[in-house]
Amino acid sequence: MTDSPTPEGGAAPLHDPAPPSGRRPGRPVSKRSTSGFGRYLCKHIGGAAVSLLLVLFSSFFIFRLIAGDPIDQLTKERPVSPEERAALRAELGLDRPMWQQFWDYITGTLTMDLGDSFQYRRPIFDLIVERLPATILLSGTGMVLAVLLGFWIGTRSGWRQGSRFDRAHVGTGLLLYSAPTFWLGMIVILVFARYLGIFPVNGMRSPNTPPDLWSQAVDIGHHLVLPVLTYTAVVYAGYLMIMRSSILDEIGNDYLTTARAKGLRDDEVRDRHAVPNALLPTVTLVFLAIGGVVNGSIVTETVFSWPGLGSLFVQAIFYPDRPVLQALFVLFSASTIIAVLAAEILYWFIDPRIRKS
Amino acid sequence: MLTARDLRVEFGLPGGRTARAVDGVDLDVAPGEIVALAGESGCGKTTLARTLLGLEPATGGRIAFGGTPLGRSGKALKAYRRQVQLVLQDPSGALNPRHTVYEAVAEGLRIHGITDDEPGRVADALARAGLRPPERFFLAYPHELSGGQRQRVVIAGALVLEPSILIADEPVASLDASVRGEILSLLLRLKEDAGLGALVITHDLGLAWSIADRIAIMYLGRIVEQGPVEQVLTAPRHPYTRALVSVLPDSPVPEPIVLAGELPDASRIPGGCRFRPRCQEVASGSALPVLGRCEGEDPGVLGPDGGSHEAACHLVHARMAA
Repeated sequence: MTDSPTPEGGAAPLHDPAPPSGRRPGRPVSKRSTSGFGRYLCKHIGGAAVSLLLVLFSSFFIFRLIAGDPIDQLTKERPVSPEERAALRAELGLDRPMWQQFWDYITGTLTMDLGDSFQYRRPIFDLIVERLPATILLSGTGMVLAVLLGFWIGTRSGWRQGSRFDRAHVGTGLLLYSAPTFWLGMIVILVFARYLGIFPVNGMRSPNTPPDLWSQAVDIGHHLVLPVLTYTAVVYAGYLMIMRSSILDEIGNDYLTTARAKGLRDDEVRDRHAVPNALLPTVTLVFLAIGGVVNGSIVTETVFSWPGLGSLFVQAIFYPDRPVLQALFVLFSASTIIAVLAAEILYWFIDPRIRKS
Repeated sequence: MLTARDLRVEFGLPGGRTARAVDGVDLDVAPGEIVALAGESGCGKTTLARTLLGLEPATGGRIAFGGTPLGRSGKALKAYRRQVQLVLQDPSGALNPRHTVYEAVAEGLRIHGITDDEPGRVADALARAGLRPPERFFLAYPHELSGGQRQRVVIAGALVLEPSILIADEPVASLDASVRGEILSLLLRLKEDAGLGALVITHDLGLAWSIADRIAIMYLGRIVEQGPVEQVLTAPRHPYTRALVSVLPDSPVPEPIVLAGELPDASRIPGGCRFRPRCQEVASGSALPVLGRCEGEDPGVLGPDGGSHEAACHLVHARMAA
């Protein structure tokens, strides 16, 4: 943020840190009360904890309700005897009473033991750890680009509402925003990979890349371009529109007139006053985006066969791999809840008005 | 001295029409005097203020400060703005909610590159605006202050640049009655002690009476009557001023005058005298001897106020001549 330097340094010699007795009523006192922050923190952590518990409970039941008997699905393509079915059921721990399965699930999730995948017959925790970097690489890069692009264009669009710049960018942004991701992804693949042939069609690595770090990085970067392009193109308009309307909310405010009358140039008024204040309401959005990096873009990963959590989730739906679905559901929800909690805590420090209430 | 000559501000409206928000205004504000600019909402007084501050481009006429014309270049505007500062109506909106009092006041200094003794200058400005001891307010945020204190911070933010002229747009309209008096007496004290000049824009003639030396009454983009405040308000000449004054307590005008109709659109300013369609003298027939001129001849722009009491009205001119 382009905040002007804080006055603390300059003001410190004159500021009376402990005013003598007789603090008259109505006197403004700018202090950050610790107990106020403690209460604020407890309230929001408590709220987040309740949400997390609800997610934990519902994840267990939702996928049991919708996925049917996993033994039927695991054995649907071959004839099996009742003995084999029972053996499989015992192996997967599905013969135990529901409350015991629930208890194992809860204690397991809390201790990071997420159970084994039906499909891979491996610990889910390992699967997630393997695939998380790919997801963070794709949606993290895409998110950063989308936020920067959206905020940059949104600021300028809102500041000059109705200008040619504004109309062109809002039009383009909304057009891309309303395009289905899978469709846009296919168009991108057709144009850049098939016809122009300058980027790989899908995947994250080419099989015969030299093993040294540099070649690997270039190879992954090369594969990354098209999925990131697709992801960014689809989501940046959301940030553009939010930032634009946030700027429009600030534009009518008198403090911008005050700043202008003091002699600030138009772009200085925008960057020093309007933008920092307009960014305030977007903090939640940015943190939601950060939380969303973990669940990535399920569709983009699928279209580009990107080996991340999103494509793991889609495979798990088709299999259906209930423990994986259950674990990813909790992970995706938890990352969002924690990101929102982080945003709430940050507001305490960046918005002085919150400290009052 | 701040001078405006034949100042015009026009806005293009959709449909090709043009709104003449300010339609020929001559105005002087000197250091050490308070000039009130009064009129109904929509008469162009706020546009006039914004134009005088260089926030709105003038489409005609000249603005000068100390004889130097107000240029459009960034540098000239910046120098001008050190001398002529703004105080807005609503102090809650006029302060950036995320800047402390110190930042709000020091901003002007930083913009104009005044770096020596910044804390001292800020403290001095706050003290002159009546916030004492100033250091205690440094780290307060606007929401921690009362409305009156906020307005004092706004005034301190203007004073810190040591301007010659303040332009205050309805400076107390959004404040509690008890605080109004304090802010007004602050303006008076700044005039007496520091020789500050002020253009106070208001729709409240009582307020003008209590603080102004001179008053200008604005109607539909033009000043229709001007002069020393006690003359204009105790012996109003222009029918519009008489109507405004007639509804005040202890008015010199015996009967309350209710004007017919509403303020016309600034894009449809009547020909001849712009006040004629609503004029009570025309309606009652007492303007009959000069009606032809009212209908066909613009009473013209009042020249810069040299301390004399003048009105832009054919009837007044005819009576004075008689």
